Amino acid sequence: MMHCRALIRMGCACAAAFAASWISGAIAQAPAQTPVKVGFVYVSPISDAGWTFQHDQGRKQMEQALGSKVQSKYVENVAEGADAERVIRELAQSGNTIIFTTSFGYMNPTEKVAKQFPKNDFMHATGYKMGPNMGNYNARFYEGRYLTGVIAGKMTKSNILGYVAAFPIPEVLQGINAFARGARSVNPKAEVRVIWVNSWYDPGKEREAALTLISQGADIVTHHTDSTAVVQAAEEKGKYAFGYHSDMSKYGPKAHLTATTHQWGDFYTRQVQEVIAGTWKPMSTWGGYKEGMIKLAPLNPAVPADVKETVVKLEGELKAGKFHPFTGPVKDQSGKERVPAGKVISDDELGKMDYYVEGVAGNLPKK
Amino acid sequence: MFKLEARPQASLAMRYASPAIAVVLMLIAGVVVFSALGRNPIEGFQVFFLNPMRDLNAVTELLLKATPLMLIAVGLAVGFRANVWNIGAEGQFLMGAVAATAVALAFQSSESALVLPTMVVAGAIGGALWAALPALLKTRFNANEILTSLMLVYIAQLAVSWLVFGPWRDPAGFNFPQTEMFSDAALLPMLIEGTRLNYAFILALGVLAAGYVFMERSYTGFKMRVAGESEAAARYAGYSAVTTIWIGLLAGGAAAGLAGMAEVAGPVGQLTDKISSGYGFAAIIVAFVGRLNPIGIFFASLLMALLYIGGEQAQQYLSLPASISKVFQGMLLFFLLGSDVFIQYRLRRSARQ
Repeated sequence: MMHCRALIRMGCACAAAFAASWISGAIAQAPAQTPVKVGFVYVSPISDAGWTFQHDQGRKQMEQALGSKVQSKYVENVAEGADAERVIRELAQSGNTIIFTTSFGYMNPTEKVAKQFPKNDFMHATGYKMGPNMGNYNARFYEGRYLTGVIAGKMTKSNILGYVAAFPIPEVLQGINAFARGARSVNPKAEVRVIWVNSWYDPGKEREAALTLISQGADIVTHHTDSTAVVQAAEEKGKYAFGYHSDMSKYGPKAHLTATTHQWGDFYTRQVQEVIAGTWKPMSTWGGYKEGMIKLAPLNPAVPADVKETVVKLEGELKAGKFHPFTGPVKDQSGKERVPAGKVISDDELGKMDYYVEGVAGNLPKK
Repeated sequence: MFKLEARPQASLAMRYASPAIAVVLMLIAGVVVFSALGRNPIEGFQVFFLNPMRDLNAVTELLLKATPLMLIAVGLAVGFRANVWNIGAEGQFLMGAVAATAVALAFQSSESALVLPTMVVAGAIGGALWAALPALLKTRFNANEILTSLMLVYIAQLAVSWLVFGPWRDPAGFNFPQTEMFSDAALLPMLIEGTRLNYAFILALGVLAAGYVFMERSYTGFKMRVAGESEAAARYAGYSAVTTIWIGLLAGGAAAGLAGMAEVAGPVGQLTDKISSGYGFAAIIVAFVGRLNPIGIFFASLLMALLYIGGEQAQQYLSLPASISKVFQGMLLFFLLGSDVFIQYRLRRSARQ
């Protein structure tokens, strides 16, 4: 009898345990069965290169990494005016748990929608506002700029480097100054000349500016605008160029030495993973080489081996967080010391940068 | 083999029916487009054309998007009817936004109920002043207003850019190109709480009505219509060509300026360098699809707004590219012009030589 009862008890326990494990397994699997929906808002069409293209590459990389656990949607070419709020709200309404809005002009609309949808998460690129369910993110593009500056400083023969730039906001100035500091670190005679085109995307003007810089003697040009016109102009004129945002080598196979490329894929993957795990919190992320958000495109064979070596060494130091392109002394154009020797510029100072460093020619457009 | 032959009398009924014919043809062609893209045409139709009208919130968004279009288009129609070709509504829109912003920023700490009416007046004056330049150049130097008004768009864009990067930049905005957010006294109140539809829509309806009275019922409107249909007849009747040009441009400028004001004081709430989404140019299409008639313009602006929003929905729910909106806009215009041709002309088989 006892024996029998024990058997029954054991059997019951087994069944219970089995059922329990089956139920808990089912619970654990349940979230995986309904993919997390992720929305993206792009400021321009995706096209083949540039700011939005890199974000979309990041989205695809995230989708690939997380497979059936996610389902992503994007809306491209959304104007930064009154339309943005409607698009963001529509994405929130249709069940996108996290929404990435990838241009500065989406900041206020993102904030408004975030307040109306407290259960959704929002990440805004390149802005500064935060909220209980809204974070922001950006990359330290200037790190790549410094490296391209080093290459330019070593490879220029005329010692004149051309830079086509959009608007004198801190992000663009960080790039110009880092480029100049990189060049001057290996070639004190190097000088950076800047032309402002007052547009983020205007291939005609960008091309014209590049040709002007080349006619002024620049033998290496780069740009902080969104088209591939500058690389193409350099290719035509037999000069060198650095791409920006994307690897632009197919637009100038001879001219394109390398490019500062934006890598959002790992970041998007991490963010969405946190959303899936339920650990997502709004953060302000400003990542660089260390976080894998910045990378140089493959170097052109024209880059000499010793230069390549220097770049690889610096890349290692950036990854390890041992080197900062704005390590003092940082002097501005007028010779005024902005960062004393031995000190590293603070993120706050970077965010307010409104001067040219030594080595940049010309005057900053007056306010 | 075929030739187009002018009809002795073009049908008036058909002239008004042609936008409807164009819409029907666009929908039929849309079925082909959706099928060619490998999408179910019924689903495509539903997402593109019905989703933007699915509930109150969606309808208010549609009206919000249509508001600047109807405002600008009715102002332009006044000039277009008199052969005054103001292509620069985009610039006048921006200058209206600038003038309204100047008022809003000057009274940022005021709670007076007069701030908003002042902004409305300032917006209209700002737009009208920008349109006065081509009017002056046309009447004084006979400079082509198509060119001058268009070129002034670029100047207006650069002026806005200078203002938001320079003197009007939000000091707490990390050097980004935008002004401070306006205070509540400088924002248009909502028409329906919980939506973004504001009183600018009522203002637009008022301007449409005023446009109707002016163009269809007033003597000046009649004189301008005569000038548009036959310059020689207008001259013979002693109607002033100069007055026609001035009224044509100022009406367009003032209406576009109002639209600019409504945008900064409405859904955006600040001036940025991206304030216009090309409304000034889209409104030219709206004016013509609406037959330069205020009632037609009302429906045409709703249709254009529908095409914009439908395009967004098609991206989000059908993963179609953003250019789908432009494809539909292009088809609409194509069929409209096509219908017009066959209303004015008929196809005749010509004898083989």
